Amino acid sequence: MAELRTETMTVNMGPQHPSTHGVLRLVLELDGEVIQSVMPTIGYLHTGIEKTAEQKKWQQVIPLVERMDYLGAQSNSLAYAMAVEKLLGLEMPGRVKDIRVLIAELQRIASHLIWLGTHAMEIGAVSMLFYAIRERELLLNINELIAGFRFFPSYIRIGGLREDLPRGFHESVNAFLDRFPAKIDEFEGLLTKNDIFRRRTQGVGVITQDDAMNWGLVGPILRATGSDYDVRRYFPYLGYETYTFNIPTASEGDVYARYRVRIAEMRESVKICKQAISRITPSGVWACDDPRVVPPPKDKVYSEMEALIQHFLIYSQGFTVPAGEAYVPIEGPRGEHGTYIVSDGTNRPWRVKMRAPSFMAIQSLPAVVRGGLIADVVAVIGSTDVVMGDCDR
Amino acid sequence: MTASDIINALAPLVPNASFEEASSVDFATIYVPAPRLVETCRALRDADGLRFTTIIEITAADYLPRQPRFEVVYHLLSISRRARVRLKVRVGEGDALPTVQGIWKGAGWLEREVWDMFGIVFDGHPDLRRLLMPEDWEGHPARKDYPVQIHKTAQTYEPLEVSENEFRANIERDRVKRAH
Amino acid sequence: MATAEAHDHGLDPELPLLTTTVEKVVQWARRSAIWPAQFGLACCAIEMMAMAASRYDIARFGAEVFRGSPRQSDLMIVAGRLSRKMAPAMRRVYDQMPDPKWVISMGACASIGGVFDNYAIVQGVDQVVPVDVYVPGCPPRPESLIYGIVQLQNKIARSRA
Repeated sequence: MAELRTETMTVNMGPQHPSTHGVLRLVLELDGEVIQSVMPTIGYLHTGIEKTAEQKKWQQVIPLVERMDYLGAQSNSLAYAMAVEKLLGLEMPGRVKDIRVLIAELQRIASHLIWLGTHAMEIGAVSMLFYAIRERELLLNINELIAGFRFFPSYIRIGGLREDLPRGFHESVNAFLDRFPAKIDEFEGLLTKNDIFRRRTQGVGVITQDDAMNWGLVGPILRATGSDYDVRRYFPYLGYETYTFNIPTASEGDVYARYRVRIAEMRESVKICKQAISRITPSGVWACDDPRVVPPPKDKVYSEMEALIQHFLIYSQGFTVPAGEAYVPIEGPRGEHGTYIVSDGTNRPWRVKMRAPSFMAIQSLPAVVRGGLIADVVAVIGSTDVVMGDCDR
Repeated sequence: MTASDIINALAPLVPNASFEEASSVDFATIYVPAPRLVETCRALRDADGLRFTTIIEITAADYLPRQPRFEVVYHLLSISRRARVRLKVRVGEGDALPTVQGIWKGAGWLEREVWDMFGIVFDGHPDLRRLLMPEDWEGHPARKDYPVQIHKTAQTYEPLEVSENEFRANIERDRVKRAH
Repeated sequence: MATAEAHDHGLDPELPLLTTTVEKVVQWARRSAIWPAQFGLACCAIEMMAMAASRYDIARFGAEVFRGSPRQSDLMIVAGRLSRKMAPAMRRVYDQMPDPKWVISMGACASIGGVFDNYAIVQGVDQVVPVDVYVPGCPPRPESLIYGIVQLQNKIARSRA
């Protein structure tokens, strides 16, 4: 009888694959169905945003940076704007901070909805995607209300916001916040106690707390291992210390724990949004009053000479930022997100580097899935919520 | 934790090292000499009063007309002490830095990206090859003397099938190892 | 049929017959059930998913399922920015699709390079694959993409089988 050959088989997965959240290539070495090793290859979406940003003026970088992590778009521009404002030494009025908090939390909900939809769809619960996108459409309507664009509103600018809130903003946000907690209950009713979902996710892709810190994973992944590190609590920004909210944690560190942490985070975000919207007045100040950085309102530009000159100077030659460097971390939907900027005192950045939480998550993938099945790879990638635009920049 | 606190805490652990404190608007920034980098990082991670167990970022900046040309920047986080620190190391063109992948596993790809974008070699790194750019790319894009826009026709074909041995041989060929 | 010859195409009021050409029927079948292959690269892919979801339902227009395998699809919607590293993979996916096949270039980055005029992005996917319809936008609204698909359907109706 011929001898049995027991070599391992090398299989390529991607870069075009329905389950890899974008263009990620995995070279799997398999012993039957069990994974011996994984080699991820990234870079298929490398866009050179950082190098392109060196050619633009400070305020022109905001649309570029928004397109990096395209699911949590406004958290990118928030991190960048806060870093530049730190170097400029600008302090935002309270209303601007409250509106930014509201936008950041709504963006977190929107990003977690797509995570939930695609993660559940890849595990097999295909209809979750439609439910999640249905709720997300309401949030995109709110984006469209404030800035006219569904996806990348560029509403957060250096120095504050682009313009004041429109009429009907409070009604739409309150309508969404009243409706949404019941929807989270509906999603949980579909998945949390579902036997198939639990068997595919419990005990899969376990990361310990020390490992997560060593790999540089901070965010929902670390919170699912028992730590309560959240940038909003440890290094508060935008007045988060004045809001009441909990930091959800779990302790098992597997895919199911990460799922529970993110669902609970959506509920906490709704709480924060309700507190924020009650503090925001329907009209008022929308930017700090530094005339070098903030353009004047359009009706003044058309009627007053000084406003016209100020508008022209800001948009043609930009403003200069004092030399130095800054890094302001925020809690993005995927983890700690921040922009490291270096300025040489001119009106263009010298170096812009965005910290990408998905980059660290994919780096840890080979260690997490070793010994699992191919189906577990799909579950783990979904649970670490990687976005390739964030990873490859 | 200010920079001088950290330097004072490091002084007994990394003796005779010349740390410079740099001014910064956000958190403690320290210039570290390149030969003492690994010891400093290990002390920062393990010492009781410091415990910087999380690596946040490793990146570099190119200050072209100035010599030494590059500065490699490390951002570290200590969750238990609620502190952040930024380490900066000055590197000239053609110089190499020791790798800190043995201290924080997350540093592996971060250093690969610095090699890919800037061309700074990390000695002792087990897998130093291109990460974001295609494997056969020439040049290091984030350097200041590399153009932003280039004229190049898109490569549309690659070899249809590569055997497993060829695949591994290609990886081995792409890795950068410096002989001391 | 004598009475049918009097009419070029269309319904004969007396006989329950519809006359047409084979080509028209074939093109009608091809454009009414056009199945896209999943080729979402970046942000436009999320808008493509939103288009496939319940608010802007693309199944009304015939694109019932997004096939995972290119060998079972006839439309490739290039949604997102194409980097130089990805170009050979995209060409391979296009070559694997059986004829007849069409390509929609969705978004500014796929059409012309978009906001990213730099070393890493191919300035327009028509350097790699032949494109039938360009849909501008960054990202285009789902309604724009549906309009692009309707234009593609009109193009198929006009063309020879």
